Formats: sequence, structure tokens, C-alpha cells
Amino acid sequence: MIHSLFLVNASGDIFLEKHWKSVVSRSVCDYFFEAQERATEPENVPPVISTPHHYLISVLRHRIYFVAVIQSEVPPLFVIEFLHRVVDTFQDYFGVCTEAAIKDNVVVVYELLEEMLDNGFPLATESNILKELIKPPTILRTMVNTITGSTNVGEQLPTGQLSVVPWRRTGVKYTNNEAYFDVVEEIDAIIDKSGSTITAEIQGVIDACVKLTGMPDLTLSFMNPRLLDDVSFHPCVRFKRWEAERILSFIPPDGNFRLLSYHVSSQNLVAIPVYVKHNITFREGSSQGRFDLTLGPKQTMGKAVEAVLVSSQLPRGVLNANLNPSQGTYTFDPVTKLLTWDVGKINPQKLPSLKGTMSLQAGASKPDENPTINIQLKIQQMAISGLKVNRLDMYGEKYKPFKGIKYMTKAGKFQVRT
Amino acid sequence: MSASSAFNDEKGGSSSVGEPEYGHDPASGGIFSSDYKRHDDLKEMLDSNKDALKLEAMKRIVAMIARGKNASDLFPAVVKNVACKNIEVKKLVYVYLVRYAEEQQDLALLSISTFQRGLKDPNQLIRASALRVLSSIRVTIIVPIMMLAIKEAASDMSPYVRKTAAHAIPKLYSLDPEQKDQLIEVIEKLLADKTTLVAGSVVMAFEEVCPERIDLIHKNYRKLCNLLIDVEEWGQVVIINMLTRYARTQFLNPNINESLLEEGGGGDKTFYCSDEDEDEDEEKEKQAEVSALAKRKPYVMDPDHRLLLRNTKPLLQSRNAAVVMAVAQLYFHLAPKAEVGVIAKALVRLLRSHSEVQFVVLQNVATMTIKRRGMFEPYLKSFYIRSTDPTQIKILKLEVLTNLANETNISTILREFQTYIKSMDKDFVAATIQAIGRCATNIGEVRDTCLNGLVQLLSNRDELVVAESVVVIKKLLQMQPEKHSDIIKHMAKLTDNIQVPMARASILWLIGEYCEHVPKIAPDVLRKMAKSFTNEEDIVKLQIINLAAKLYLTNSKQTKLLTQYVLNLAKYDQNYDIRDRARFIRQLIVPTEKSGALSKYAKKLFLALKPAPVLESPFKDRDHFQLGSLSHLLNAKAGGYQELPDWPESAPDPSVRNVEVKESVPEWTKCSSREKRKEKKVEKPFYSDSEGESGPTESADSEPDTGSGSESVSVSVESGSPSDSEESEESSESDEDEEEEEKEKKKKKKEIKQMQASESEQSSEDDRKRDRKIKEQKSNSESESDEDSESESSQSESSDTESEVEVKKKKKVSEPKPPSKPLKKEKKEMSLLDLDDFEPTPSPQVTPVNTFLSNSLVTDLEGLSLSDSVLSPATIAPSSALKNYELLHRITGEGLSVEYCFSRQAFSPDANMVAVQMHFTNNATSDTKNLHIEDVKLQSGMRVKEFAEIELLPAGEATTAVMGVDFCDSTQAANFQLCTHTRKFFVSIQPPVGELMRPVFLTENEFKKEQSQLMGMNEISENLTLDAKCRNEHAIVQRVTTAANLSRVPCGSDKECSPAAPPPPPPHPHPVYRFAGKTVTSGSLVLATVATKDEGAAQLTVNCEKMVIGTMLVKDLLLALTQ
Repeated sequence: MIHSLFLVNASGDIFLEKHWKSVVSRSVCDYFFEAQERATEPENVPPVISTPHHYLISVLRHRIYFVAVIQSEVPPLFVIEFLHRVVDTFQDYFGVCTEAAIKDNVVVVYELLEEMLDNGFPLATESNILKELIKPPTILRTMVNTITGSTNVGEQLPTGQLSVVPWRRTGVKYTNNEAYFDVVEEIDAIIDKSGSTITAEIQGVIDACVKLTGMPDLTLSFMNPRLLDDVSFHPCVRFKRWEAERILSFIPPDGNFRLLSYHVSSQNLVAIPVYVKHNITFREGSSQGRFDLTLGPKQTMGKAVEAVLVSSQLPRGVLNANLNPSQGTYTFDPVTKLLTWDVGKINPQKLPSLKGTMSLQAGASKPDENPTINIQLKIQQMAISGLKVNRLDMYGEKYKPFKGIKYMTKAGKFQVRT
Repeated sequence: MSASSAFNDEKGGSSSVGEPEYGHDPASGGIFSSDYKRHDDLKEMLDSNKDALKLEAMKRIVAMIARGKNASDLFPAVVKNVACKNIEVKKLVYVYLVRYAEEQQDLALLSISTFQRGLKDPNQLIRASALRVLSSIRVTIIVPIMMLAIKEAASDMSPYVRKTAAHAIPKLYSLDPEQKDQLIEVIEKLLADKTTLVAGSVVMAFEEVCPERIDLIHKNYRKLCNLLIDVEEWGQVVIINMLTRYARTQFLNPNINESLLEEGGGGDKTFYCSDEDEDEDEEKEKQAEVSALAKRKPYVMDPDHRLLLRNTKPLLQSRNAAVVMAVAQLYFHLAPKAEVGVIAKALVRLLRSHSEVQFVVLQNVATMTIKRRGMFEPYLKSFYIRSTDPTQIKILKLEVLTNLANETNISTILREFQTYIKSMDKDFVAATIQAIGRCATNIGEVRDTCLNGLVQLLSNRDELVVAESVVVIKKLLQMQPEKHSDIIKHMAKLTDNIQVPMARASILWLIGEYCEHVPKIAPDVLRKMAKSFTNEEDIVKLQIINLAAKLYLTNSKQTKLLTQYVLNLAKYDQNYDIRDRARFIRQLIVPTEKSGALSKYAKKLFLALKPAPVLESPFKDRDHFQLGSLSHLLNAKAGGYQELPDWPESAPDPSVRNVEVKESVPEWTKCSSREKRKEKKVEKPFYSDSEGESGPTESADSEPDTGSGSESVSVSVESGSPSDSEESEESSESDEDEEEEEKEKKKKKKEIKQMQASESEQSSEDDRKRDRKIKEQKSNSESESDEDSESESSQSESSDTESEVEVKKKKKVSEPKPPSKPLKKEKKEMSLLDLDDFEPTPSPQVTPVNTFLSNSLVTDLEGLSLSDSVLSPATIAPSSALKNYELLHRITGEGLSVEYCFSRQAFSPDANMVAVQMHFTNNATSDTKNLHIEDVKLQSGMRVKEFAEIELLPAGEATTAVMGVDFCDSTQAANFQLCTHTRKFFVSIQPPVGELMRPVFLTENEFKKEQSQLMGMNEISENLTLDAKCRNEHAIVQRVTTAANLSRVPCGSDKECSPAAPPPPPPHPHPVYRFAGKTVTSGSLVLATVATKDEGAAQLTVNCEKMVIGTMLVKDLLLALTQ
């Protein structure tokens, strides 16, 4: 399936290549570079490119293109999903997935790729199995290795692949047994210029960090599972139990993993945590434009709205912006025309505002579009959909684990049209 | 930080080489000179007997390989270390070997013996890894060795080694295709393997080596289906894709005759049904009969076909986008039309993923929306475009939106397009304009609106926008130019204002092309243009010449002089193109003695009919490629693509999939096979193992236990026939598996269930029913026959409605959309660009409000309802139970009196609304006309669906109408004006809290479980003394159900228990009555419990997530029970 993999950095250099079948010359990437040149934005490079003898399927993550070379029919999503899994694994191993990190750990990267694909077909993609095979580099281990000459490669051969729960390694031991779950919800919304919601939905995930000894069997139940409109699970979750009882029952992988992601559709009205009062005008004939933005909390269930960040792509005609924020700081990049305003926390008593003028190119006609405003925010200790975890039980092991649940709401793709 | 860099730092000190491998530009010098020396150094390190040095050397070599540097000259030095004890060194040597063996075949042979030794190792993992590397060495000489190794590994004890063998097959095949026959034998053997570990890999090998040998799959088909859920995700994708092709060759098209289609469930039943029924038994034994049936009967789905659909469905919830997509394409290609809908939600979910995933999914959705638009219509808003989307995603979303556009949603979509037109991304704007053009061609009603909007766009400042709109307008006009001479006229007028040259040129072309439709204006335009000719841009000048030529040919009388003038001006133009054109045209159109034969054909040249362009989706007919495939994405056949075969005319013999007797009866048909299978298995699949009761393979098994549903051969699952739903009531647990086939249907079915449940509680005067209940409690051991009689009785009971339901069914099948969807009447004339005067849509509803059917029809269909979820009114709610409220008194209403009651039926146009039945009586002496509702005043969030206007209510007559109110689970009144042709009356409807819910059927266990989750704040209990008249079961149940629209939870006989469960305990001296319902709008559960105690004392408990509702309900129920 996957023939070769090339990693290309933002400036168009191939800095790593790996072949699983016979070697494909790196000149095949020229087709990719051509497409890259044609695309105006980095993310506009088509994910699938057809060349005379090969097909190139690429993903862009962390400003690195992962270009897979394919020779024959294969579901494109199969490759894309795999490439993303590779990136996730790198991130898991090195903390970040940057060119420097990959170059520094090139041997580990190579070992990983070797294990993840066999003859182009995915072999071991579960991080638990991989970590048994190849230990992630840590400062301590690096030190020890340097001194003793031991290696990153696990002495033990992996057992996970042979068990019925391939995602969990055997013989896990912890002195502190703990299981943490983070319920993180993101609001995706489009608000139109009059302030009414065009579309709004909630996308949520439950990320888990489970450090439990042995083979625990966990069940997680919700107060209101009916909220969850559409769910997708980590393979460890038993489908049938969910279908029948709306209870999550699973043997968790060891460490960090995403237990499930869910969707709360718009039919249950989605609470919009902030409102934006805006007045952005350009006058015909004048080289000045007015910019006036006020934020305020809307439906926040009494929780504070924090880490608010407003960004807006101003029209090309804008030369500079001379604004005055009532709190926080703003920056305007005259090249990309990107205005960002780091608001911080919204104080309901004193609403943050950003007011001022924009200077336009002299003689240029008034831009006919108004910029959209993107908002990022965070609300701690609340899941905006109202989802509540009822209880977490553990079976199969004797000890009493420490359990914790955290809720958080964020803005996802939250846009206000003006 | 990391291992390797640290190594380098350390080494950098001792060896003079430093770290040339990392981050150095090859052109930066030094490398070429040090090349030889460095390799020397590496060789030395490899030859040393210290593992650490070897490792260091190997790491550097691997780093070289990673950067694409040639390290082949180190081969001899490296290959020596293949037998090294250090695992990491060994692994890195393997990496090197696999990379360079092809180039150094002779030397590579040195390593073979090491692997051969490894193949015999007692440790399975070493065997596997030896086979893996051995098969990866692409050296032709070792083909026989590889073949032998694969064959041996294929019968290895360890499934992991067998998996590796499966992986090795395509490697060997690509090395030497002549081994195909032998390899197929191995594949056949591995296909029969029963472990999930092997399944994915061997199917992958099958796909690469012999995808045409579909016959190999027969025997393994059912096993693959059943194992699917436990296979690792990548294997799932491959298996599902393969099974899609397989199913296309082996089963009949489920949509073959849609009118008679009672699909799916029927076939299901025939296969999994009870043993007691002879017919079924026969069918189970001889599956050949099924195909015979298929010929005789309209269509019966092959049970194996159903098995595939059922077992893939849960995978829609996989986290892996590729798996979801694979299931989606399987459903799209194989499922009956009615069931395909389930995939939409999952695909929409993928739109949240990475942009590459979005890209692929949107491509597939675009293709799907052409065939099955209805599927994605509810998710219209998910395709709205954000300014931050990459352009390619925007354009695909636009494509989907355009495909989804129809008469009902076009106004919303166009409004959305208005926003897009103003985007900064000009490619996207151009695409939007084209999309508008396509909407206009597809939907006649909005063509004029779109055209008007596009015409206004002509005055846009951006040339691209203008050019694109002109092109689209041109296309639209070309379709029916005669109708739009006024637009051409309008465009002619625009020439005075529009300055964008491209637009001017396009307009001139249009006028020239259709000069016959605007005979008066065209010459005048030419006159104006001639005047300004010298000041025009070049492209405009060229079009002026064109226009002049065309006019000269059609209307030479008026324009002869003008043409000559223009041509003269052009003759002396600065631009040589224009001079050339003028010269050329003059020769062509002005007849002179010298002019050649061509001038005769001038008219044909210039006025040839230009074909109207076709505006259709680029995704049309793409579905002949298997969705989700690379070929589909590229719209071109990729190498190795396996054509998706057409459905066969008649189904091939299904018995080929039967497995030999040796295996006993095929597992999936035998109810008690669970244990056996476990024993047989080397490994227990995760889900089925831990599931016990409801594993995937068992889903069907519990069916025969219940032993009902015998008549369902002809009655499909989703027909919603009483027998079916009754059955599901009996075996709700096992049915859940069944029901997940179609969620929508499930809902409907549930509603029926609720209805019936409530019915059985409410109409307690029905003696027969009560008898039955007693019988049921008495004889649980006879439950089978009992259940039968039950389903029969309920069937006879509602037989009158059944026929109606069936009529409904047919109607439904014949038209996929909701039946009551006449065209939206008040199609607002909206201007495309006029942003300021549209009102924002008040509610996030996608589809505009359905207009009601005519009044009489509403009352006729009332009981039936459009969602076929409601039985006829007579059976649902005994009229005695309904309390009438006065809306308008006879005196204040000047003769018109109106009463209303809550009919407790689902309000079909909108399930979130409470149906209010209004009874109008005209006591006056004159007729009342035009009864309708106006000026609705509501609390925020509330909605009202008015009844259709009653045109005439003659004196002394009475009529009824039904309206829907969404009270948002509050008891706030809905205020509105009731208008007649003469008067307006202010009225209001305030619902008692008990009407804001609808009954839900729960078993006692479910009830208790739900109750346990609604403790604390959500629980309210009160002690009370029951009214003297209200101390028996009948009275309590009746009073509670009258006060609130709840259904009784059956007590005592726990329906979930299997027949073998202990008989119910003798009636408790203090019975507990439980009632369940959920609120209409939000669907929150409402649970009520009345626990009786001695001497009329009782405790009332209400559990509800909505505390306000709970409190109010407690008050109401207290009142009802104590008075």
C-alpha cells in the first residue's frame, strides 16, 4: 500500500525519507513541489496528487508535509488516517513534532516507522505496543544509555500484540493508581452580523490519563447520556454495552488516550457564551475606517470566560490600525493583515472593548467585505452541553484508585460575521 | 536531549567526525572530501567488538539512509553484524539490509542463514521477525526459501506468526508473480483462520494477489462478518472494502423494486426466527429456498446480506476515519435505500477532523448527495462555510450545498451564498457565483431571483466577480433567451455605468448574440459604443466590432453606416489585433467583388447557434467508482482498482456460504453456539467475550428464545405493525440489536410501543386486556404461547388501523420525502444581494415550515399522522380521559365557541410540539369564515404551528382542527389571536404540566436504573393519604394517567427475564405503581412512583431532570390522588 514516505519542511526540503518496498527516487516529490507552488496557502495543497506512475497523498501537520507515495488503488483516507497516526505517535514520543525534533531523534523515528508499517501495511499503531517495542527518549534514559551503552529498544518483545486487548500492555505497575478524565467541549458556531446564531454545535472529547496497575476494567456512566448525539470510541470501548445501557465499559490503554469524542447537535439549543458588538465601517472616499468591538458574556452559567483571544483577517486595503483596547493587548500585522487581540478574562462589570481607526490605502476603493471575527475562549469547570459524569467504577483489580474528572469548555471554530 | 544527539555530542569529542549527519546542508562543503575517511571510520566501529560502538555506527548509518544519502558501500561491514546479540544493533542492521539488499544481492545472501535459523526459534516473536525481514529482502534467488518459510509459517501455532506470513505473501508476489498459484493456496488456508489477528492481513494479501478469486471468500464470508468488530482497524478497512465487492456479486439489489420493498427485516426474520414455526425451520435448513423465494416474492434480502449490514454498522462509531468511510461506502453501495441514512451522521462527524480528512469525505459526500440528497438534508448547516476553511474545502462544501439545494431550502442557501459572495477569497467567490448559476438552472422557481442577483453583481468592483457573473448569466440566458429579453435589455442599460472592461465586453457579446430578441436596443447600443469607441479598452473594442458585424448581418438597414464607421475607427486603432480583426470582418461581411466564397457563409459563421452549456455537478455519475477509493477521488481508474460489479440479475446460490457439517451448524444461526464457539476459539474476541449477553454474533440468537413474531415473514420490521412492536416489547433487550438497523424506524417503533403501553394502561375497562395480564402473571412458564396470543390480540385490536397504516406505508415508500410537502407557498421574492432587508431566520430550523394539508385532510389523517407513529385516535386516548378546556366562550365569542384538549398524540409535523385539538362550534346564526390564528405572542424558544385556515364554518356546525405548540417544557401560556372574517379574539392556551410529556415505555429494571441516576436534587417525594375512592390499582393508575401523559411501567412480571427466570413473586401487599414519560421538547425523562402503604397512606416520588417540571407534576398528582 504505502510505498515510501517523505517528510518535507516548509521551505520545501526533503529532510527524511523512508521506503518500505523498493526505493522510489525522491524526484517523485517534484510533482508535489509543483502543486505546492501553485497553491496560494500551505493548506491548499491538494491532499491527493496524481503523477504518471505514482500517487502522492500528503498531510500537513506542524508545518511539515508528510508525503506518502502510493502505487496502486488504496482508500485515500486509509493513508491520511495513518499519516496522522504517525504524527500523533511522534508527538507522543518527542513531545513536539517539529523538524528539529525529528532530526534529533532520527533513529527512533526510523525504528518507529519500521514497526508501524510492514510492506506498506499498518502493523502496530497502538502507542502502548510501540512503547513496549521502542522506549520513548527521556532525559534520564538518554543519560543512562550514554553511560551504560544500553538502548532504546525494549529488551522484552511486545506482548500486547498477542493479547486480546492489544491496546494495553501487560504487567503495568504503579504505586499511585490514578485515573483522570478531561471532558473538553468545543463550541463551533457561526454568528451572523445581527447576532443571531446561524449554526452552532458542540464537539466534545473525553481524554483520559489512566495509570492503573494490572488489568482494570472500568465503567464510566453519565448523568445524562442522552445528550450525546453521535459518538466515536477508542477501540477499547465495548460498543454493545453502550448501545444497550449507555455506559462506557472498557479496559483502558495505559497512559494518555482519547476515550471518546462526541457531538451534541444543534437541536438541543447550544448556549453561546459570548456576544460581540461590532461596528466596523469603511467610508467611501475617505482613507479612514472605524473599528469598534465590544465583547460581553452571554450564557456562561455564572462561570468566568477566560483566555479570550479575538482574531480577524482585515481586508487587504487596510494599511494600519490604530486601536485602543480597554484591556489586554492587540497586534496588527501589516503584511498578513491579521489583527489579534489578546483579551484575557472578561469582566462582566467592565466589558472589554477595542476601539479606534484603521487607515486605508490612499485612493483605494472601500473594501466591500467586512472581516469575520474568530474568537477563542476558555471556560473552566463546565461542560457547556451540561454533560455530567455520574460515576466511575473499577472491576478486576483490588486496590482503590484515585479518580478525577475535569470539565472545560472552549471555543472551537467560533466565527462572527460582520 | 535525545539519545542520538547525546551520543553524537559525546562521540563528537573523541572521534574527529563530529555530527555531519544532522542538519548539514550537503552543499556546505567538507562532506565530499571527508566522505571516504568517514566511511572508513564507520567500518572500523562496525568491526570492533564493542556493542556500543557498533550501535553508534549503525545509528549514523541509519541517519544517512534517512536523509537519502548513499551508504551502500558499507554493506559488507554492516551485514556481518546481522547475528549481533544486541537487539537494537540487530534491528538497525535489518533496516539497512532491507534498504540495500536489492542492490547487493550476492552479499545479502550471507545473511539468509541467520534468518533461517530464526525461523525455527521457539519464541514466536523471533520467528515472526525473522520471517518479516527475510520476506522483505528483495532478492530473487531466495524466492524458494521464502515460499517455504511462508508455507511453514502459515501453519504455525502462533497467530502472530501466521499474521506475518499473511504479510509476507504480497511481498513474495511482487517479487515473483509466477508464484501466484502456490500463494493462493496459502491464502486459502489463512482465510480459513479463525483469529482476528490474521483476518485483516490475509484479506489484504487476497486483495493484492488474487482479488478476482471471489470464490475463496464464500466459505469464510460469515466468519469474516462476525469477526469484523474485533479485527484491528486497518484490517477492518480492507475487509469491508472487499466484502462490498463480494456482496455486489452475490446478492440481489435491495432497491430492485422499491414500491414493493418491505425490505431487510423480512429477510432477517425468516432467517433468525423461531424453531417452533415450521416454515422458518425449513428455511433455516435449506437456504436455497431463500433464493427460490427471491424469485417468487418481490424481494427478500438474503440473510447473509443482512448479516453484513448489521455487523458493519457499529463500526460507524470507530475513531478511525478510514473505517467510518469504508462502512459508509458499504452502506451506500449495498443497503436498501431506507437504511442508507444512518451513515450521514457519521460522515458529518468526520467533517470535524483534519482538513485532509475533510477533503476526502466531502468529495464522497458530494457524490452521495447527487444520488441521495435526502440523506444529508438534515445536516445542511454542517456544510456552511467558515472563512478559515482552506479554499479547496470551501469549494467542496459549496458543491455539497448546491447539490442539496431544493425548493424548500433554496432561500436559506441563497442567503448563505450572499455572505460568501463578499468573501476575500476570490476563487471561492467565483465558485459561489457558479453555484448560484447551478441552483438557478436546477430550481426553476428561483431562476429569476438568481438572475436578478447576478445582474446586480455585474456592478461589483472586482473583475473576477463580474466576469464570472457574466459567464453564468450568459449560460442561464442561453437556456431560454426568449424569456429574458428584459434582462438583456437591462444589461444593455448597464453599459452606461459599468466600467469593468471584461463586463462591458461580455454584455456586448450577449447583445450581439441575442440581437434578434432586442431588435430596437441593439442598434442603439452600437451607436453609443461607436461614440465612445476610441476610449474603450481593447477587449471591449473587439466586442464592439463583433456586435457591429452581427448587427450588420441581421439588420443591415439600420446599422450599415454605423458598422462601417466602427470598422473605420478600428482600422486606425493602435492595437494590431483590433486592426486585424476589423480587416478580417470587413472582408467577411461587406460584399465586394473581390470577396471570396467565405462571405456567403458569414451569417453561418457569426450567427451559428451556440450550444447551451450544461451546468452540472462534476460529481455526477462518479459513483460508478467505489466510493472512498482513490479512483473515485481522482475520477480516473487508479492502478489495481477493482471495478465494483453490478448487481447480478438473479442471486447466485447462497448455499456456497454454508460451512461443512463438521463445524456443526453455522455459529450464527444456532442460538446456543456461544459456548461452543468459545471453546473452539484459540482466543476469545474481546467484545464477544466480555459481552456475554449481547455480543455481536449473539445479537440474533436471542431472537428465537422469544419465539414470537411468527407472522413476520410478510410483515417487515419497520412496517410498524402491532405484532412486531409487541414482540419488541417482550424482548426489548435482544431487540435493541435488531433495532439499531434503522434509528429512525426505531424511534417510530418506540412511539408505537409507548402508545400501546399507555393504551393498555389507560383503557383498563378493556376486560380482555386485564384478563390477559392476569394470565401473564400467572403463567410465566407458558410465556411463549402467551406472548403469541398477546400479539394476536393486539393485532386484532388495531386491525382497523393497520390497513390505514399500510396505506400510509405505501405512500411513504413511493415518495421518500415527507408526504405533506407541497411547495412552499409564500415564496418570498428575495433579492440575492439585498442584504439589509432580509430578516434573520428566527429559529435554527433547516427546512422551512411545511404548510398544512387542507383542514379536512388533517382531521382525516390525524390519527394516522404522517410519521405513521400514531394509531387512530379512538384507540389511543379514550375520549373520557381527555379533559376539555375552554378557549373561547360562546358569549364572548359572539356565537363562536372553541374548546381545546390535549389529544396526547404525537404531533406529526414536529415531534417537539404538543398537539392541541381544537373544537370549534358555531352557535351563531350566521356563517363564520376564515377562521385562523394571528399575532402569536410567545416566550422565547416557544413555537406554534398553526392549524390551516378554516374557510367556512356554517351556522350550527362544528369542526375540529389540530395545532402544535412547542411549550419548551414550560407552562407558559401561548397567547394568540383567533380571527374570523369579522372579529379577533385574544385567547391563550396554558398547558397543565402533565401534558408537556409523552409516555415512554420502560421495563421495571430500566425504570429503576434510570431512577437511580436521577437522585438528589432531581427527586421530589411527598407523603399523602389517598382519596377513599382511589385505593385500588385501577383508580390510581387512571388518576395518574389522566393527570399526566405518562405510561404505566409493567410491574411484577419482569419482561427482561428470560422464560426460565423464577416466577414473579406473589403480589405484594403494598404494591408500587410506576409511571414513565419524557418531556416533549427536551426529552428529559419523567419518572413517577406511587408507593402505597397501610390505610391509604402513600408516598409519591417524581424524578425528573427538570426540577420545575418535577415540582409542578408532584403538585398536580397530589391533587389528583387526594381528591
